[in-house]
Amino acid sequence: MNAEPKMTSRPTRTPAEQALADMLSAAPVSEAGRLGELRRAAAAAFVENGLPHRRVEEWHYTDLRALLRTVPARRAATSTPGEAVSFPNAIRVTLANGEVGPLPAELPQGVSLLTLADAIASDHPLLQRLGAAAPALYDAPLALNTALLGAGLVLHVAAGVKVARPIQVAQLFGGEAASVFTRLLVVVEEGASLSLIESFEGDGAAYLDDTVSELFIGDGAALDHVRLQAEGAAAIHLGTLVADLGRDARYDAFVLTLGAALSRLTVHGRFGGTGGHLGVRGASLLSDKRHADVTLFVDHAVAGCESRELFKTVLADSARGVFQGKIIVRPDAQKTDGRMMSQALLLSDDAEMDNKPELEIFADDVQCGHGATAGALDGKMLFYLMSRGLPREEAEMLLIQAFAGEAVEFVADLAVREVLTAHMTRWLEERHR
Amino acid sequence: MSAVQETVAQVRAIDVDQYKYGFVTDIESEKAPKGLSEDTVRYISAQKNEPEWMLEWRLDAYRRWLTMPEPTWARVSYPKIDFQDYYYFARPKAAPKSIDEIDPEILKTYEKLGIPLRERDALLGIESADKPRVAVDAVFDSVSVATTFKAELAKAGVIFCSISEAIREHPELVRKYLGSVVPVSDNFYATLNTAVFSDGSFVYVPPGVRCPMELSTYFRINEKNTGQFERTLIIADEGSYVSYLEGCTAPQRDENQLHAAVVELVALKDAEIKYSTVQNWYPGDKDGKGGIYNFVTKRGDCRGDNSKISWTQVETGSAITWKYPSCILRGDNSRGEFYSIAISNGHQQVDSGTKMIHLGKNTSSRIISKGISAGRSNNTYRGLVSAHKKAAGARNFTNCDSLLIGDTCGAHTVPYMEAKNASAVFEHEATTSKISEDQLFYCLQRGLSQEEAVALIVNGFVRDVLQQLPMEFAVEAQKLIAVSLEGSVG
Repeated sequence: MNAEPKMTSRPTRTPAEQALADMLSAAPVSEAGRLGELRRAAAAAFVENGLPHRRVEEWHYTDLRALLRTVPARRAATSTPGEAVSFPNAIRVTLANGEVGPLPAELPQGVSLLTLADAIASDHPLLQRLGAAAPALYDAPLALNTALLGAGLVLHVAAGVKVARPIQVAQLFGGEAASVFTRLLVVVEEGASLSLIESFEGDGAAYLDDTVSELFIGDGAALDHVRLQAEGAAAIHLGTLVADLGRDARYDAFVLTLGAALSRLTVHGRFGGTGGHLGVRGASLLSDKRHADVTLFVDHAVAGCESRELFKTVLADSARGVFQGKIIVRPDAQKTDGRMMSQALLLSDDAEMDNKPELEIFADDVQCGHGATAGALDGKMLFYLMSRGLPREEAEMLLIQAFAGEAVEFVADLAVREVLTAHMTRWLEERHR
Repeated sequence: MSAVQETVAQVRAIDVDQYKYGFVTDIESEKAPKGLSEDTVRYISAQKNEPEWMLEWRLDAYRRWLTMPEPTWARVSYPKIDFQDYYYFARPKAAPKSIDEIDPEILKTYEKLGIPLRERDALLGIESADKPRVAVDAVFDSVSVATTFKAELAKAGVIFCSISEAIREHPELVRKYLGSVVPVSDNFYATLNTAVFSDGSFVYVPPGVRCPMELSTYFRINEKNTGQFERTLIIADEGSYVSYLEGCTAPQRDENQLHAAVVELVALKDAEIKYSTVQNWYPGDKDGKGGIYNFVTKRGDCRGDNSKISWTQVETGSAITWKYPSCILRGDNSRGEFYSIAISNGHQQVDSGTKMIHLGKNTSSRIISKGISAGRSNNTYRGLVSAHKKAAGARNFTNCDSLLIGDTCGAHTVPYMEAKNASAVFEHEATTSKISEDQLFYCLQRGLSQEEAVALIVNGFVRDVLQQLPMEFAVEAQKLIAVSLEGSVG
């Protein structure tokens, strides 16, 4: 593909673009050094390129320029919205509308956690990693998040430390509609291991959350990552996940998306050393008019790595699911093994699923494949279950659970898996109510 | 040296210059002045004695084309085309009145290409049972020079002639269907074609008729710096069947020649069209110099219920291929098929695939695509399958496999699947791999040479598609595959 042609004259700014540009000029970047440069460049990039539209290939099915009508102001939280989902045994930090709550009094040996604001104030050395693995290609949510940097956390696991308890970063949104930009920087040093849970929940307010998680997984390190997103019907969620893997590193993620009015998750996985393993799985259960887009980029930059992606999308009512996945195998990345699968179940004639799995391969000694399916519940299976005496609703639920369950099975921690399954069951029950 | 390394070494050494059809025929030709303007469009139209409505249609297209941007989304790169540097019309001097008046040089050209232009030759062919009869329309640069078997086809009611002739003889059919599948401003190259198309084939099969023989067109670009813009229109009326073959070659030139064709197929109720292409335009030399830019719009419209359109293509030539034969499945129970083998070697760039647009109820489509990349080439499959809201029971199966030979080429897959109906069932699978060492070893230890072994494996890889070709073309295609990968894979 030729590079996206440079627009010589940008179309007029939409109200949302104008609001975001105003937001940027209201918070000018004054700091010096690397971070300041990074933020200024990101702000300039947004001012130049604006929001993506359907002619931008990566956003073909989620035309942000058209879908993002208004952008609420950034404002301090007025009320704290509810209580975050709890995972058994997890150490939890809560961010309410981006504001970091009390940090845990005790953390396991070798784990340090500090607010991004404190890290910036003290010019913490870990901040050198911030933005270091971000993709070069312009991406509006990432650029905005970088330009408006401030809220968030920095989590560090020292070399060789195996953290037994999961650490949960719970984000809650709502009360009053606001725009919230949060950033999570996680560094798991050589040989260490961590189980990280991120949750995003909100009420019915028309808020916008733009959140970026940057994960650095050192040589021989392992990170298990669970991401639960269950937000309000009026919310807009723009999420970015950047995972940078060292030699023999392992990263396994599971993403449960119950959505927002509009939600987008962009995942960038990059192998920096041989022997890496990356597994990104997910289930999206969407109802009403929710629109959820999951877009993956897996960059096999070096030889001898393995990637596995499996996504299950269940669509009810007028929901729209989007899956885009791109496996890139660079010229020297021989012995790459990549498999990607996206499957969608359409429960309603008004639902829509757009699938775009992509392979871009420049090395010959590779095994790569992708598959994609879309369809309704299998009539024969339904009939079988109903002929055994199950009511239709129950039979449907069972089949949907089995369908989505294939992806959840990859969550190794049984207690965590149970919480996720409970969320899925609740979604199914609400559908029939 | 391991078998694979050897293969790689051979790919590097491959001599793409051995293009078999690279000869130039020395005949006098008449050309339109170089460049493109309204005058060029008027000149072409006047040369062909076209009616006023045709000229208007062309001029409308030309004016729209001026406002359109060149597409850049395909994964191909080439220097900007100077559209003023081409001849938009060239034809052999002295237009032939009958087949006996055709310049013997042209006849010789087609003989070299192995196309039986004279019925006599073809009739001789029948005597040996393995050579079924094929009616041929031959297009040399911009004009159709001969159409064979006309009389016999006319007996069955089938109209098979050049499109210029159809505009003169059957204006009612042409006006009704031309541009009804690919509208004037469909895309940059189709619009250009509409403005300057010079010739092509026209087929009309009346209701209930099964066309008694295969129809075929052979295209050849001979003149230097010419663009070939052919236009093909095939209409299968209710309950009819036609199988159509198309082949292409061009001489070796250092310059890039432009080929921007438009093919429109219309299948009415219960009709079936089978369209096969063996594309072997000159691919350029081993350094990527010269070769044809093949920017083609091919689309079939399954307009009636229970209609079927099937595309089969073997793409081995062209420096750049940009081609997406598509099916619009409008009629209920209509069916679309796309079988493709795309081979790229040397510096070739291929961005090809299909679109299956499901609009009617219980429509089905099947896509089988086999891409083989060798040398320094890039081979992309790009396809769209979509089911619209009312397309209840739509069904698609897609299989794209890519084979990489050597580590300097690229193979890419970009499928789009858009399901807007719950009862639509879409399945897609794609794989990319190289020839396995095990398979090679097995063949070698059975006494096959390296080249034979690779050819055998590649032929097995593409077999699903080859089977779809009419018999005599399958044989030709198989040879072509071997020639295209010569030096690399037998």
